[in-house]
Amino acid sequence: MRRGDPAPHFFDESMIFSFELLYEAVVFGILLGCFYAAVSIGLSVAFGLLDVPHVAHPAVMVAGAYGTWVLAGYGFDPILAGLTLMPLFFLAGMALYRFYYEAFARRGSNAGVRGIAFFFGVALIIEVGLIVLFGVDQRTVEASYIGSSVAFGDMRIPQRFLVGGGVALVLMATLTLYLSKTFTGRAIKAVAQDEPALRLMGADPVRIKQWAFGIATAVAALSGALLIIIGPVEPALDRVYIGRTFSVVVLAGLGSMTGTLAAGLILGISESIVLMLFGASWAPAVSFGLLLLVLAVRPQGLFGR
Amino acid sequence: MKSIIRCCIALAAAAIAGAAAAQPVKIGMSMPQTGPLGAGGKAALVALHMWVEDVNAKGGLLGRQVELIAYDDQTNPALTPSIYTKLLDVDKVDLLIAPYGTVPTAPIMPLVKQRGLLLMGNFSFQVNSTVKHDMWFNNAPWNDASSWFTGYFEAGQKVGAKTIAFLAADQEFAQNLANGAKLLAKKGGLKTVYEQNYPPTTVDFSSMIRAIRSVKPDLVFVASYPNDSVAIVRAANEIGVGPSVQLFGGGMVGLQFTPNMVSLGKLLNGVVNYNSYVPGLKYPGIEDFLSRYAKKAVAEKVDPLGFYLPPFNYAIGQMLEQAVTATKSLDHRKLADYLRKNEMKTIVGPIRYGPDGEWANARVVQAQFRGVVDKDMDQFRRPGTQVVLYPGAYKTGEVIAPFEKARK
Repeated sequence: MRRGDPAPHFFDESMIFSFELLYEAVVFGILLGCFYAAVSIGLSVAFGLLDVPHVAHPAVMVAGAYGTWVLAGYGFDPILAGLTLMPLFFLAGMALYRFYYEAFARRGSNAGVRGIAFFFGVALIIEVGLIVLFGVDQRTVEASYIGSSVAFGDMRIPQRFLVGGGVALVLMATLTLYLSKTFTGRAIKAVAQDEPALRLMGADPVRIKQWAFGIATAVAALSGALLIIIGPVEPALDRVYIGRTFSVVVLAGLGSMTGTLAAGLILGISESIVLMLFGASWAPAVSFGLLLLVLAVRPQGLFGR
Repeated sequence: MKSIIRCCIALAAAAIAGAAAAQPVKIGMSMPQTGPLGAGGKAALVALHMWVEDVNAKGGLLGRQVELIAYDDQTNPALTPSIYTKLLDVDKVDLLIAPYGTVPTAPIMPLVKQRGLLLMGNFSFQVNSTVKHDMWFNNAPWNDASSWFTGYFEAGQKVGAKTIAFLAADQEFAQNLANGAKLLAKKGGLKTVYEQNYPPTTVDFSSMIRAIRSVKPDLVFVASYPNDSVAIVRAANEIGVGPSVQLFGGGMVGLQFTPNMVSLGKLLNGVVNYNSYVPGLKYPGIEDFLSRYAKKAVAEKVDPLGFYLPPFNYAIGQMLEQAVTATKSLDHRKLADYLRKNEMKTIVGPIRYGPDGEWANARVVQAQFRGVVDKDMDQFRRPGTQVVLYPGAYKTGEVIAPFEKARK
């Protein structure tokens, strides 16, 4: 093959394959995976560590995205807007968990099922609330890294994905350090592993869980900022993410932060390669296919104990 | 005694007749007010309510006030059959309008055909092609697939295109469009070098744009829904489609909606896409309608310009008004006969229907975005930001190609 010739194509003409495209698909899959990890990390805390069936997590992210949109209207950078929203979402998360605990968690064995219904209700209320407040039009934000790309040789990578990946890595590292190095962080891990033991040591597991749920919700605010950086948002966008986020968390092994990143990457790279080889219609099947495979072979997830 | 009884019966009959006369004419529909078509649906509903206000101010239909009953179908085709059953059996509506869009409309076609009901279509595409209901009247500026894209492919031929790439959403409307476009491409001797259907949950389109760039097509035909259209334009700008591409666009739903146009700004430049109305097209009464609509749109938080759907929804009301007034009846068969045989006078121009219930003379606009700048909504009110390439009677300029050049 002469220099400058197009890369070789295999299969038939409708199926595009070249090593150049495969390389690009892997690179892009890594960035997409980081984004998937970022939007799943709040759920990893709420569902993975606290065992709360937080199906409203994607809806909370969408609320975070709209909050980012509002602040962006005042000139905030989207990432800064997401960070600004975190304290507010932290308090809202604490209040939401307290209500959930009083109404459902403390009332017996079928709390899980009723909890799912409760969080579906929360998701619906958030969606309707957003429609009433903002209408159903798509919303986008502007920033220097949205709509532009960085060239690496012939490959051009959208900057918004680089920013999303960077924020995801920082978020993941911060949470991992927090959970392993701080007293409250270790208490959160302890409550996930052995709640009665924590109670015997004089700590209040409900308050610890409330705190942790606040953190999960605050993280969702920042994930929401990433959501609106990556693409336009509308109130019902949560439905797109509910399957993927739960897949990432279960695939990772409940409560594992590094596992969440790894699972996000596996999902992102698999989707990207499947899309290139077999077509975009097969890409969503990857997350659920991987989930079923892992549940069959390793029910505790890739990084679960 | 007998005369007293007769008098009572007469009074009762008069009271019942009076009550019937006071009953409003109920027009029922579902409308996507949430979900992917929600933005367009809510704007369309504002226009329909404007028509209801206007017709009621003139005394209503057949001397009765008009009431519009509209339920949110969430853009979910699974919900529309039950909504229309409720409208007919519980709400007892007199007339029906279809929801905006092909996907929510398709499942109600068997129901209306079975019951022999008139249905005013609302921007659907080919939902009656297999059902063949003779009381279906679709208000959309297209009829068959060639009516959508003749302009696009004509422009493609002018710039000497030989190859084409297809990118289409994996759902009924977009697939219908893409299949029609593929037939036209084949007829025109274009070679398909890439074909990708993507599911509605697709997060990003960079991979697909990269694949398109790698096969170096002359034309890129996109049939997408609103959420995807914005993401595709962005990805095309970030990744680049390559210097080979002469035309990009075709059937992208959503690039007609003001919030999307404003948010994309100059990224739109060069895109050639279909539209129903752009400023500069002269239809009687449309400018007055749009200025009244603009005021209501702000309060309702819907598309502030409302070029795409609202005028056509107002026109649906105008057509019902014309048919009911002329036939002095709410009988569906009589109304259907009238609609089939007569020209309708509306704010989107005169409309005649063909035997399949689609416009006899299509008027789909293919326009190229030019000179669009960021953060300026008012620029879209002026003729020129969307240069009309087709139909010939309304043409305002020639296509600029290749796409990379047109973007500058």
